[in-house]
Parts: sequence; C-alpha cells; structure tokens
Amino acid sequence: MAHYVPHTDAEIAEMLTFLGMSSLDELFATVPEALRLAGGLDVAPGLSEPDTLAVMEGLADRNRRAGRELVCFAGGGAYDHEVPATVRRVAFRSEFVTAYTPYQPEVAQGVLQALFEYQTLICRLTGMEVANASLYDGASACVEAVNLATAATGREKVLVSKGVNPNWRQVMRTYAAGTGHQFVDCDVIDGRTRWAEGEEPAALLVQYPNYLGCIEDLAAARRVADANGALLLVAFDPVAAGLLRSPGAFGADVVVGEGQPFGTPLSFGGPYLGLFACMREHVRRLPGRLVGETVDADGRRAYVTTLRTREQDIRREKASSNVCTNQTLIAVACAVQLAWLGTSGLRELALRCARGTRYTREALLGIDGVEPLNGAPVFREFAVATPVPGETIVERMAEDGFLAGIPLGDEYGDRGLLISVTERRTRDEVDSFAAAFEKVIR
Amino acid sequence: MASRAPGGKATSAPIMGRDSEPTIFELSSPGRRAASFRTTGIPEWSPEELVSPEHLRDEPAPVAELSERDLVAHFTRLSHRQYSVDLGAYPLGSCTMKYNPKLCDDAAALPGLTDVHPAAPANLTQGWLELLADLEQVLCRITGMQAATLQPPAGAAGELTGLLLMRAWHGDHGGRRHKVVIPDSAHGTNPASVTLGGYDTVTVPSDDRGLVDVAALRERLDDDVAGIMLTNPNTLGLFEEDIAEIAAAVHDVGGLLYYDGANLNAILGVTRPGDMGFDIVHMNLHKTFAVPHGGGGPGAGPVAVSERLAPYLPGPRPVLGDDGTYRWEQPAKSIGRVHSWHGNALALARAHSYILANGGDGLRRVAEAAVLNANWLRTRLRGIYDLPYDRPAMHEFVASTSTLKKSKDLRALDVAKRLLEEGFHSPTVYFPLIVDEALMIEPTETESPQTLEALGDALERIASGDDEEARQAPRSTPVRRVDEARAARQLVPTWDARE
Repeated sequence: MAHYVPHTDAEIAEMLTFLGMSSLDELFATVPEALRLAGGLDVAPGLSEPDTLAVMEGLADRNRRAGRELVCFAGGGAYDHEVPATVRRVAFRSEFVTAYTPYQPEVAQGVLQALFEYQTLICRLTGMEVANASLYDGASACVEAVNLATAATGREKVLVSKGVNPNWRQVMRTYAAGTGHQFVDCDVIDGRTRWAEGEEPAALLVQYPNYLGCIEDLAAARRVADANGALLLVAFDPVAAGLLRSPGAFGADVVVGEGQPFGTPLSFGGPYLGLFACMREHVRRLPGRLVGETVDADGRRAYVTTLRTREQDIRREKASSNVCTNQTLIAVACAVQLAWLGTSGLRELALRCARGTRYTREALLGIDGVEPLNGAPVFREFAVATPVPGETIVERMAEDGFLAGIPLGDEYGDRGLLISVTERRTRDEVDSFAAAFEKVIR
Repeated sequence: MASRAPGGKATSAPIMGRDSEPTIFELSSPGRRAASFRTTGIPEWSPEELVSPEHLRDEPAPVAELSERDLVAHFTRLSHRQYSVDLGAYPLGSCTMKYNPKLCDDAAALPGLTDVHPAAPANLTQGWLELLADLEQVLCRITGMQAATLQPPAGAAGELTGLLLMRAWHGDHGGRRHKVVIPDSAHGTNPASVTLGGYDTVTVPSDDRGLVDVAALRERLDDDVAGIMLTNPNTLGLFEEDIAEIAAAVHDVGGLLYYDGANLNAILGVTRPGDMGFDIVHMNLHKTFAVPHGGGGPGAGPVAVSERLAPYLPGPRPVLGDDGTYRWEQPAKSIGRVHSWHGNALALARAHSYILANGGDGLRRVAEAAVLNANWLRTRLRGIYDLPYDRPAMHEFVASTSTLKKSKDLRALDVAKRLLEEGFHSPTVYFPLIVDEALMIEPTETESPQTLEALGDALERIASGDDEEARQAPRSTPVRRVDEARAARQLVPTWDARE
C-alpha cells in the first residue's frame, strides 16, 4: 500500500517513550472503551500508487469523454471551452494548490495578489466596483445575492425570472427553507422575462443571457426595479463580456455568475467558480473573502484579506454569510486564463461562440420539424422545439457521437432542447451534427 | 532522534529580491496577447451582424495585454511569494494542512473524469456515478452512518445542509423547533450556519476540562431545541468524553446530534460519529482526506446521515439498480439541491483515490500518527508555553502566551510572525476564543519526527528570545507585517480603485 506517514517503527517507539506510553492505543485513552471501533474500519486495505491509479483509470474509462468520442453541444452553465496549456501549467503550480487561506499575509502574497488581479478582472467584465474572492458556483452566488438584497432592503420577497438556470433556482429554494425568503417566479414570454407586478420585492434576479440563450432586456428590468425600490441582480455569463454591454452598464446592483468557462474543464460539474460582484455601497454586505491593497511595515505594496469583520469567524451568528472555504484556486485559474486571452482574445472568444451558435442554429432550423422555441436574439446558446422529446434526441445522438444538448423540462415546453456552441466546434462537426439531428427526429 | 533531517523547514527557499511584483495591469502592453484559437471553418460574421446595437459593447472589455512568456513569469514569481505545504510544515490548528499525495493530482486529472459534462445522461457517465456511489458508501463506513450526499462544496455548506436536514426532519416529526445548541469553542461557521438555517444559537460553555459542561447543557435542553452541533475532538483538540451522555440528553428532548467533521482525521478507524450517537455528520474532504486547500478552496463537505434522515438528503443521488447500472434518484423527501451539479466532483475524485491508497489500515495509521505528533509537540512545549488544558490531546492542542505576555509582552501574533522567519508556517492564532493568546497547533501525521523537533526548537527559541525582535518579525518574508487597518480604512479592492 501507499503510505504518507513518514515515521519508522523505531521513531514511533522513541516518541511513545517520550510520552511515557507503551503503545499507540494508549494515545486514545480518552475515547471511552464502549465507543472504540472493534476490528477496524470496514474499508478495503490500502493500494499501491499504480494500483490506485489503475482503479481510477477503470472508473474514468467508463465515462464517454467530451471530445472526439462525444462532440459536446451541451451547455446550461457548463461549457466545453479550450483550457490553454498555460492555465494547467501555471495556475496549478503546487504553491497555489497546496496553500491554505491567506491568514498570514507575509507568506501569502502570491495567492493574495492573484486574487486582487482576479477581483479587478471580474469588475472590469461585469461593470461592478467590488468583487469577492469567489463563491462555490453559480447557484451559491445567486443565493448570496438574494441574501444581500433582502438584508439591504429589509424585504423578504424576490422576483426571480424563470430564465435563470433551473438548477440554480432549485438551490435557491433549498436554502430559502432556512432564511424564509420568498420567490415570485416570473414567466419567460418569447425569450424575455415578464416581471410580476404589485409585489414590493427586495430585488429582481435575471440571467443575462438567460438559460434559453436569449439576451434579456436589462434596461426594462432596471426600470421595474426602480419603480419598486428594488435592487437589480444579474446572473451573467462572463464570456458574454467579450461582446455584450456589461450588466453594470445597465445599472445592475449585484452581478453573479458561473466562472467555469474561464480555465475550468467540464469536470462533471465541479469544482466550478461562483462569481460575485457588486457596487461599492453594498461592500459591507459582500459575502466571502475580499482582498485589498495596503502597505507593509516598510511601506511596500502588499495585499491582505480585508473588511474581515463581515465574516463568520468574527461575527459568528450575526454574519450574513457562512462562507469560509471558497474556490480560490479556480479563481486563480480564471485570472490566468483571462490574462492569456487578453482584451482582444476575450472579444474573439465571444465572437467565435456567437458565430458558431448562429451557424448551428440556422442549420438546425433548416430541418423540417425543428422550430425556434422563441424569437428573441441569442448569443452562445439557443433552444429549439422538436417533434420528439429532447431526452430521445440526446439518447439517439449519443450513438452518433454527439452530446446533443440539454433536454428542456416542462417549464419550457416538453419537447425542447437547449444547445450550446463554443469556440471549439468546427464547421464539419456542426454539419455532421445537423445531419444526425435530422435523422434522429424522424 | 537518531536522524537529523528537518524536512519541514523552508528557510533554504531562494528568494531573488525584495521588490514588489507588478500586477498584470502594469505588465500590460497594448496589442500584446497570448491567445490563439482552433481553426473551425465557421463563417466569420461581424459583431454587428450577430448582436443588435443596443446590446453590443462600444469598446472591448479591458482585460490585460501580455505575452504568454510575461504572464507565465508573473504567476511563477507570485508562486514564489507563497508558502505552501509542498514547501514546508504548516501547523495550522483545525485546518489540517497535511501533505497531499501527488497521485491524487494525477487521478483527478484523468481526461475520462475531467472531460465529462455534468448534464450528460447516466448511461454515458457510469464511471462517475460508480465513483460517487462508492465514495458515499466508504464515507458512511468511516463515519458509521447509513447514507450520504456529496453535493455540499465546502464544510460550511455541509453544515447548512445538515441544519436544513434537521429542519425538514422536525417538520415531519412534531413540528418547528427554534434553537440549536453549540459549544463556546465552536468554529465561527457553526453559529453563522445556524442563523442561515433559520435557528437561534444557544451557546453552552466549556468546563474546566475544556469539554462541554454537561450540567449547563442539560439546563439549556428543552423541546424547542432542534439539535446540537459538536466537533469531536473539539477545537481544543480534546475528545468529548461525555459524548454518550450528551447524545442521550439531546435525544431525550427529541433533538438531533450534528457532528462537525473538521477534526474527523483524529479518530479514523478508532471510533465513529455514528457509534457516538450522531445523526448527521459533515466531513471536510480537504482536511481529513488530503484534498489540497488551493489557497482557500475548493474543498468538499459531504454529509452523511443515519437511516431515519436518509429520505431527506439532497438529490439526485447515484444509485445502483438491479440491472447492474447506476442511475440518478431523488430521495423521497429530499430537501432539494445544494449545488449547481453534483458537488465538487474532482475534489471528490481526489478524496476517493486517497482513501483507496490508504485503505482502512492506512486511515487508522493516519489518526495514530496525527495524535502521536500532536502529543509529542505538546509535551515538548510544556514549561515553555502555557498549556491551559494540559491533558492528552488528539490531533491538535492549544498553547498560549498568556504568561509570556505578562513577563515580556510576547503575544501569540508575535510568535506566529517569528515562526515565519524560522521557516515554518504559523499555527492558528487567537482561536478558540475561550483561550487567551491562543496558539492552536496541528502538526498533522505527514510531518516527520525530525520536523517536529525543528519546530519545537524554533518555538522554544522564540519564547526565550527577545520580545522586541519578535515584534519586528517577520523580516525575511516577501513583505513584512502588513497594515490591515489601512486596508480596511482606505479600501482598495481592485487595481482600478487606486488613486
């Protein structure tokens, strides 16, 4: 078996002698006899390194990989983007991977500065003034945005667009059992949210572009928010920042999102990256960690986690968030990827996604029986209504080597499919995809 | 010790200089870039043909403009300004900064695990479902529980999940309760999670042994108490010896017991939360099962429960069907999702590989060596630092500079900063809150006896050394003590917020 305990038997004996003990069992004398586990754990004996990897490879082999085996047209909050070698080689250096939360800033300037750069980049993309050092995922960022808005307004009700990722809304509902927040689901009519009236909401939550890929009317959402004295919370696809006006430009108060597209492979859904940014007036309610610039004892530039009194370890039961461990390493990877893309690369990435989406959408809508689900403009994702259920299409197209998309639940019509096209998809792949699609819906 | 091999000491790490590292924004030069893209053959429509004018940006979002070479150099230099477990010992109490086996990095990087879309149907992802189902099962065996969810992405998320389970269970069994009891030595996430779970926190004091005061607990128990959250061993590193009595008392009023798994590493293979009477257990896979901390995350905080709570678990969960294939299934009374997808899957894969490599025998060895190391160092420091609870500890212990503060104004913070100069990371300081000038020390099992000796020697030198010198520390680190008050007073949260 592999072992990571360095002690030799002789050293253990010597250490026990130092403690006046004669066996390792004596170390556990404070554990009452009745609670001791007789016969050890019912867990298989340890394996060597190569044997462990063989087991893991066996498991990995029983998945169909995105790539040549399964060309990925699925999105819905998890996108098949390129991860450049630079990100893998640099962001996953062991100094970043094996560090703890930067409690001792004198020896944590690497992570702290990388987070400061990350925060700056997220603000530039979202049009916000402050960004935290990350939350768990898109869903948790939505939960925290709602918590901020209800605390800021003293109201409990939030208007939530049904265009927000359904999994994220499920997580919001789960946590609302504890906080007591109430959600008013607002329908998506022809691709755009129709906001409920007469509710005195704390906030409106809208996704931009929304789950169906449509570019929501944020100016209209801002007007509704203003008319109700509510905050505007926008769940934002950061890739869209390459082409679309930022949520900040439309007056958003809080911008959240899923940062996976920058530097994180599909990874079966995690670890991903919860983006959270807001305007400065809300900084005292910002959840999670925040890095700020300061100076050291010699007056040199330095970074440190700041406004710590917001956090759970100091404020305890009065804290508005319980976040401690976050997704720092994924935030560092995001910063490296954004720096690698650069200003022109981010624009080109967004442009390539939009081009691929248009090309694929036109190819599919040319198939008899495939209809657009709505008429609203899309960016990098689109929904179609199909003559057979989405599940059937996904199942059949897997045989042709495609992950065709994500079947749309009843909320959006029972025969729909959500299709996403990243910069990785080639014309040949799309043409074969359309041909296979035509075959399977017959 | 016969051998002198202070492996955990990092004073030999080379540093090129004392300059600040410029940010990527200072290193930017207009027009530079690293990015390149796949050749696709897709028609090259212009932005104006793709996006309507009211949504199209006027100017590209400013990012940074660097060559690949410059950005690699930048992040590599940043990495050299960062302490890490791979560099040296990291005795942060309660954080369990043990060595993370490299094989787990390779396991979690297998393309058959990384290149899988989370919404792909179960028949295409059987390997992942099997991995997750196996991990659920092995975590249940380790904790003595019956069913688990792997969705919570961190310990605090696991806590809140556990409290929501508690809430749902009481909702079906006698109705709403309003209070949750936590000890005064608890982690801050406990009371914060209690509030978010919709409960009021009731604090129970520790007695002079450093354990839950059982008489005081009994006074606080009534039929409005939903449950108690306990860390065992607790944050003083002490095993709650009265746990069976505590469990009976809480169960007697219809409450549930929640086990905060922050210190589970101390009892692997020795005893199990399920045997102690706990109903709900969260585990920090990034502590006990060697998932690296990533500078603050990602971690993973699975929750395991007893039989009666299993129907309430978040879902969907991976289930093995009679036909030998795995499928997703929603538990009958599920509280719902707590993660966008299936949890921090690659962190779960790392933990799975760590458990496979160690096995049941190796995990017990982990606990033994962790406890041996902590007690050796505790005994080594006796008479040098205060040991407010000087009794056999588990995986960690709490020392204090209370006497040194009076005799020479040496505070816990000064010790922490001086230790950095000695080539070690600092212990956790000023926690738990019930100890004055606390130094919470957790050596972990992966540090050798020689490293412990070097650490003990360094701590002794600091205690006997000059206090003025300690207040100047650290001097050999990339920066010296930072002005935290200024950071909060003149908030500069981004490069663009600088004056």
